[in-house]
Amino acid sequence: MIRLVGILIGLGFAFVVLLSFVTGAYTAATEEVAETAEYAFHEESHGPADGYSFDGAFGTWNYAQLQRGYQVYKEVCSACHSLNFVALRDLGQLGYSEAQVKAEAATWQVPGINPDTGETEMRQAIPTDYFPNPYPNDVAAAAANNNAIPPDLSLMAKARHHGSDYIYSLLTGYQEPPARLLEEFPDAAPGPGLYYNPYFANLNLAMAPPITTDGQVTYADGTEATISQMSADVAAFLTWTAEPTLIKRKQTGWPVLGFLLFATILAWLAKKQIWSDAKPKRRKD
Amino acid sequence: MSFPWAKEYTPQNGLTKFFDEKLPLPRFVYNAVGAGYPVPRNLSYFWNFGVLAGFFLVLQIVTGVVLAMHYASNTQVAFASVEHIMRDVNWGWLMRYTHANGASFFFVVIYIHIFRGLFYASYKPPREMIWLIGVVIFLLMMATAFMGYVLPWGQMSFWGAQVITGLFEAIPLVGPPLKTWLLGGFAPDNAALNRFFSLHFLLPFVIAGAVILHIWALHIPGSSNPTGVEVKGESDTLPFHPYYTAKDGFGLGIALLVFMTFVFFLPNTLGHPDNYIEANPLSTPALIVPEWYFYPFYAILRAFTFDFILPAKLWGVLAMFSAILVWFFLPWLDKGPVRSGHYRPLFRKFFWFGLIPTMAMLFYLGGAPAHEPYVMLSQIFTAYYFLHFLVILPIISSIERPDPLPYSITEAVLGSDKKAVLGENAEPVAT
Ligand code: HEC
Ligand code: HEM
Repeated sequence: MIRLVGILIGLGFAFVVLLSFVTGAYTAATEEVAETAEYAFHEESHGPADGYSFDGAFGTWNYAQLQRGYQVYKEVCSACHSLNFVALRDLGQLGYSEAQVKAEAATWQVPGINPDTGETEMRQAIPTDYFPNPYPNDVAAAAANNNAIPPDLSLMAKARHHGSDYIYSLLTGYQEPPARLLEEFPDAAPGPGLYYNPYFANLNLAMAPPITTDGQVTYADGTEATISQMSADVAAFLTWTAEPTLIKRKQTGWPVLGFLLFATILAWLAKKQIWSDAKPKRRKD
Repeated sequence: MSFPWAKEYTPQNGLTKFFDEKLPLPRFVYNAVGAGYPVPRNLSYFWNFGVLAGFFLVLQIVTGVVLAMHYASNTQVAFASVEHIMRDVNWGWLMRYTHANGASFFFVVIYIHIFRGLFYASYKPPREMIWLIGVVIFLLMMATAFMGYVLPWGQMSFWGAQVITGLFEAIPLVGPPLKTWLLGGFAPDNAALNRFFSLHFLLPFVIAGAVILHIWALHIPGSSNPTGVEVKGESDTLPFHPYYTAKDGFGLGIALLVFMTFVFFLPNTLGHPDNYIEANPLSTPALIVPEWYFYPFYAILRAFTFDFILPAKLWGVLAMFSAILVWFFLPWLDKGPVRSGHYRPLFRKFFWFGLIPTMAMLFYLGGAPAHEPYVMLSQIFTAYYFLHFLVILPIISSIERPDPLPYSITEAVLGSDKKAVLGENAEPVAT
């Protein structure tokens, strides 16, 4: 009985889903699927030519690069993008001394309260403060940016596929929309206040190219500030902000795996030893 | 239960004697997972996964309790509190990555455990109750993991919750009010996050209780084994300790090596980048998908696109739940006299060339975007999924001629010529 009911139910579900299949197949056969501009023109992101120091299982931070990336963020990106989850004290992890962190913090202005009047006012930041938000709220951010809100960058490197590469590609990927795009997909042409970038998911984004000229930033360490260099540096910095424990994690992983390997070999030897006397004796009956 | 030759616990000193009289916990453990539990001697490594599942349950509870000390289940701060765990809490990143990847590995282990049961037809008498409790555990795990994934309050948390609770709306009449009642509002918000956290904390302990019942039910007939032939005598078994404790220890080492490789070197590979964006009810992600371990059932849900009497969405919901519920009926759908797939030529073919590719494809298709050819493929494999369990299995199990079984586990292990040892037992032995 239960099997009969089961067979009926099974045939029922199979029948209904195959009906869906037939209608789907009919549509697929009769209707041309329109190719989309995103599908035709989107490009896979790639990192800088020589990669990042933190790539791979043995990666390390390049502190000089992180400091340069911080400088790019400070001088360029921070005009529009917040870094909500990062505190100024965290800069100590980039190789700055305690005094340098204090001095660096003092270059930022954060909202505070006047101790005498209780009025809100901007004050100099101290290391325990978090990076300030460039806009008082999302409405102001959208109003200043053609209705797009510049997203918080703290986690950007983890919030996109291959984020570190993506940021680099996005910053270096601005270009004129290809002629074929304008011809075949006139709708996909960048509208007013939008910029064509094949690495962005829907090809046109509201961020004007932030890094446009060599030497836009004058690096404290004298490194030549090419567009590619600045983009790689800020991408590295944002990889650190997304996961400050990235390198500690990889470096902790090796001893853990080493210990486990050792323990597993011992467990294997113990198992072999214990099972060596386990051959069954032939049954007599 | 125990076999008559099971070793008897004998307390060795004053303290254990004292305990054995007042609260015989050591005796209980000895009989459950110690030398007092005789186990078939021919278990393969596929029998390691039960112990591994128990390990991952404990790991989830331990890391989860620590996370709960630092997490805040309020939509205003939930996302930030998870980042606080990642950045400021000592070893918080390790706790979180272990918990998030632990959920994935728990499911890897459980899927292997379940499909072991399917191949060796472990659900057959006398082990139906073990199987039924197992399916309940799987359902509880799915609920727990679903609610856990909502807690970090990222984009996928929010939109996943939106889509999954939205399924209840497909139920005629009571659907929409039911959804509102479950969420405590019209869309996932603070009320939903709070109750999900409460339930996410509770359910693992319910699972632990169900696991105890699962193992209790197991100890009545004892473990099955790769031949499917029941234990006939003492030479067929070995005491669990030290033989299987040693084997499980080695298996655990291998599992931890793979698991820790993910935790330390690929911690976000199994997750979705969108969940590092804070939940935003005004911005729908391009592709909403659940965690990978739900993919097969999500593929079945989305395969129904045609309104046949009932709306397509309702068909999808019915099919998705039925896909798991059919497992409850397997002991009665599969009437074959033999358990192990090794001795069931037809069953084995449908298992390896039907069910396994179907599951693999449904795993792939559940995460694919909802356009062709993915939709058509998931429709074909969904059809096969139901046909396999509900039509093919009942039919082949009644028409198939199984291969001759070894007389006993001992003979199977000694590897003697089958014909020579079969003798008067040439009939397949089912019990
Ligand atoms: C003039 C303001 C402005 C500046 C300066 C700026 N951005 Fe943006 N950025 C935006 C806006 C607006 C968006 C949102 C674009 C959209 O969604 O269309 C954005 C988006 C982004 C995104 C997300 C793209 C995505 O996939 O959604 C990244 C990454 C980014 N910016 C990085 C940077 C970096 C790095 C810098 C500094 C080198 C920078 N931005 C400087 C305004 C700015
Ligand atoms: C059956 C066992 C369990 C499973 C399958 C499970 C699964 C999950 C999943 C998938 C997440 C989301 C991970 C992420 O992406 O961040 C999560 C988060 C969480 N879980 Fe669990 N969990 C289990 C047990 C527990 C227990 C016992 C507790 C507490 C007592 C707990 C507390 C938490 C907390 C506080 C979070 C949010 C923090 C975070 O997102 O990392 N979990 N769980």
